[in-house]
Amino acid sequence: MLHAAFLIPLFPLAGFAVLALAGRRLGNPVAGWLGTAMVAASFVVTVIVFAGLFQQAPAHRSFDQTWWTWFSVDRLHVTAGILVDPLSMTMALFVTGVSTLIHLYSIGYMEHDPQLPKFFLYMNLFVSSMLLLVLGGNLVMTFLGWEGVGVCSYFLIAFWFDRPSAASAGKKAMIFNRIGDAGFLVGMFLVYERTGSLQYTTVFSRLGHVSGASLTAIALLLFLGAVGKSAQLPLYPWLADAMEGPTPVSALIHAATMVTAGVYLMCRINPILFRAPDAAHTVAIIGAVTAFLGATIACAQNDVKKILAYSTISQLGYMFLAAGVGAYVAAIFLMLAHAFYKALLFLGAGSVIHAMNDEQNTKLMGGLRAVMPITWITFLVAWLAIGGVPPLAGFWAKGDVLLNAYGFSPWLYALGALTAVLTAYYIGRCYMLVFSGNARWVEARASGDGHGAVVSHASTPPASGHAQEEADTSNPNVSHERVSQRELHPHDPAWVMTVPLVVLAVCSFVGGIINLPFHPNLVFLERWLDPVVSRSLFNHHFGAGTQVLFACVDAALAVLGVGLAIALWRSAVDRPEVEPTFLQRAWFIDFGYDRLIARTSTVFAAFTSAVVENRVIDGAVNGVAGLFRSGGGVLRKVQTGYVRNYALGVMAGLVVLLAYVVSRSVS
Amino acid sequence: MHGALAGGLLATATVPDALTFAVAAIISVVGALGVVLSRNPVHSALMLIMTLFGVAVLFVEEDAQFLAAVQVIVYAGAIVVLFLFVIMLLGVDRNESIAAEPMPAQRWLAVALGVLGLAEVILLARGKWPTGAHTVAGPLHGTGQANVAVLGRSVFTSYLLPFEITSALLVIAVIGAVVLARRPRGSGEDVDPSIGPRVDSGEIVAGGGGSAGRGGAGAGAGSAGAGSAGAVSPEQSIQAERAAGELVTAGEPFGAVLKEAEGVSIVQRRES
Amino acid sequence: MSVPASFYLTLSAVLFTIGAIGLLVRRNVLVMFMCVELMLNAANLAFVTFARELNDVAGQAAVFFVLVVAAAEVVVGLGIIVAIFRRRVGATADDIHVLKG
Repeated sequence: MLHAAFLIPLFPLAGFAVLALAGRRLGNPVAGWLGTAMVAASFVVTVIVFAGLFQQAPAHRSFDQTWWTWFSVDRLHVTAGILVDPLSMTMALFVTGVSTLIHLYSIGYMEHDPQLPKFFLYMNLFVSSMLLLVLGGNLVMTFLGWEGVGVCSYFLIAFWFDRPSAASAGKKAMIFNRIGDAGFLVGMFLVYERTGSLQYTTVFSRLGHVSGASLTAIALLLFLGAVGKSAQLPLYPWLADAMEGPTPVSALIHAATMVTAGVYLMCRINPILFRAPDAAHTVAIIGAVTAFLGATIACAQNDVKKILAYSTISQLGYMFLAAGVGAYVAAIFLMLAHAFYKALLFLGAGSVIHAMNDEQNTKLMGGLRAVMPITWITFLVAWLAIGGVPPLAGFWAKGDVLLNAYGFSPWLYALGALTAVLTAYYIGRCYMLVFSGNARWVEARASGDGHGAVVSHASTPPASGHAQEEADTSNPNVSHERVSQRELHPHDPAWVMTVPLVVLAVCSFVGGIINLPFHPNLVFLERWLDPVVSRSLFNHHFGAGTQVLFACVDAALAVLGVGLAIALWRSAVDRPEVEPTFLQRAWFIDFGYDRLIARTSTVFAAFTSAVVENRVIDGAVNGVAGLFRSGGGVLRKVQTGYVRNYALGVMAGLVVLLAYVVSRSVS
Repeated sequence: MHGALAGGLLATATVPDALTFAVAAIISVVGALGVVLSRNPVHSALMLIMTLFGVAVLFVEEDAQFLAAVQVIVYAGAIVVLFLFVIMLLGVDRNESIAAEPMPAQRWLAVALGVLGLAEVILLARGKWPTGAHTVAGPLHGTGQANVAVLGRSVFTSYLLPFEITSALLVIAVIGAVVLARRPRGSGEDVDPSIGPRVDSGEIVAGGGGSAGRGGAGAGAGSAGAGSAGAVSPEQSIQAERAAGELVTAGEPFGAVLKEAEGVSIVQRRES
Repeated sequence: MSVPASFYLTLSAVLFTIGAIGLLVRRNVLVMFMCVELMLNAANLAFVTFARELNDVAGQAAVFFVLVVAAAEVVVGLGIIVAIFRRRVGATADDIHVLKG
């Protein structure tokens, strides 16, 4: 039963192959159903393998499955194979599960897009790569998956590549990720150099011989990779732009799965982090600061997807905070819970965007509670879950993180607690703007006879300029639809889209039961992951009283955030005093990058193009050419054309050779 | 020096052997010099036969009876005859002057390099030089078999593959020769053989038909008789100028040449 | 007692040198060709001498192959000469120098 594990990444890969060869012929929606079925099959296999692993004794819940030797150079032997252990199977289970739901949702979301087969092609390739990433038995396999998800992310962000903004967002994601990947690669080299292996199990068994400085360097380099992939400070801006992709992509790749790969990597290398406390502290601090920064930015965004994107950055920061303080179980727990409620938020937002005909500005929505009941209920659940209202999943997960953060440093706890309030607040603000209040979309559409949206945009603050551009240049068939259907009749989408919403809402609601505190028998996840992370767990022991106290504080923080959101946004649409410009423009960090790096490098590129390229390189090339030309002009006189003359040359050569031979033989 | 050489020869060999070698060697060298120095290619060919015979004698002297026979039959009998046929086909070209050399230094360099190379080889013969391992082909003497049998066994066993490949080489050579010598069909560049015999007092001088006459015509271009030809084209006058410094054999049978622009039509006639 | 090998080899070298000088000096392609044959014969003589000296039949076998190759070479070479003569008049080797730099 465990040996079927190789099928897990194989199914989506087969789906990718079939769609690549015959996707266009299968057409819409057969291609979508095929892709969904493949991921669902993978999910089933994962469940079976998971069950098989569960039956083993805890000490035997880890084995390497080697497929073949990938390459073998000198002492380096890299095998293609996977590592089946509680951590990788947990990841695989939630990746395949969430992927199945989002694939199902995409069938409905993308039904009008003629590029649907291509979409599912990329999605299947993504799922396959992601599974390779989490299951990979060595760093090279993980890196293979890592790059695979990266390229799929690029393809899917730039899926509507005829929009310039989407194309440049894809490029941005690619470039930011390359910076991180360079760190990953160098870290990998260092791992090999120090331990002579890249296989996780071998590497971890040899860590005792590696110096602390090397381990710190390895951990920090791999963390650089994680920072790029998981959009942490300072490599986070690409994730906000990645919202140019279709919403299911944002839900799957840029919220639930791919961006958590960095957290997974940190948990995977927990033996290294454990021996490199300085690196772990860096991880924790960067995580906490990113969490706070993301949350503040999310408070002032208007584009619904941007809010969710910054929220994702913030939540990922929480996960890194947990991983950095050694609470790997808490990190994984929050990752699972986050996968549920963030996917749910994105899919809910997708439903809303779908219903509003690709309008993403929350200021132009409102009052959708009445017309989209299922979306409303599920979004509400997601809000309360992410906000940490008991007894939803987010409460338990975030509580776990904050408790461990407190055990490590009260300062980080304070930052985390503040972020928790903000989290409940900004999602609440989004919720209030979208679902309650007046139906602003009615006036907007009616007043401008289809152009009202643009007029309203003009009055929005400058930060939404991006959204405005987006709305104006949305892909052709959608804008066509908008013109033909000026009257909006928002409604809940078809069942393929609502079923995932409901399932995810249920998971978000009850997800906390997998790791309840208070009693040692209830911490299922902790006991399950024990073989992987127990050694490196920081010993934070809290009494039951402390735990209850912290739970109460967490609940109070959540309620504070929720209440704040309701109080501020129940009746208002614009509140400039809580939407300062520096938050709308994301602390000017992206702007700073643009000025400092993009502009300067553009100037530098212009300089090199004009001077270095034209003068130096071209000069060198032309100079060499001229040298050879004049040299050839001299040498061509040798080519007399007379055969006898050439024969004379042969003769001369013969004499020289003979002279050499004679000199050798005589001496 | 000659005395010393002969003395050395007689000191190491019996008189008949030494005498045979000396005579054959002199014949070979004289023939070789004749090949190089003869003005007339026909003489060169005949001198070549002389050298080949000398070498054949040396082959016999060195127990290579089969090769000696083949040398005479194939070289003297076939190859040199082929040379003579081609000379007849194309006409005897005495255009070339041995005294004049258009490329300065070519001749002196050639002689200098040749002598240098010779000196080096002779020097080499005095030094010690490993000759390498014996081949798998087997011994030449002491097998109790005749030279032909020994050589034949070697060629048909150890050297079977090269032997088969040479058969393929010969076939390729035959096909190649046919392709090269074949008159390209329908190409205007060639000379119409029907023109030659029909010109005024025209009479084919060299044997081998019209095409042979063409070669001869070109060869005769440099002769003094060029000036007396009826019509002289500019190109031809250049040729005549170039040839002016060359030795001219008296009683040269070939006459003027009329060559049209691209050498399309060449007319040849006997000089009176 | 037969003539020592050094005499044969010296003769071979002399013949080869004469052939080489002839090839370089003469301009008539046919005579140049004959000079090539001279050089081949000189090499053959050396082969046969070594075969005798080392008591190895391989030297004679090599001469056998040289003869065959020489025959093939003459056939093709003369074919080329005939083809050249068909296009040009009075071609000596120096007349054919189109392929110069």
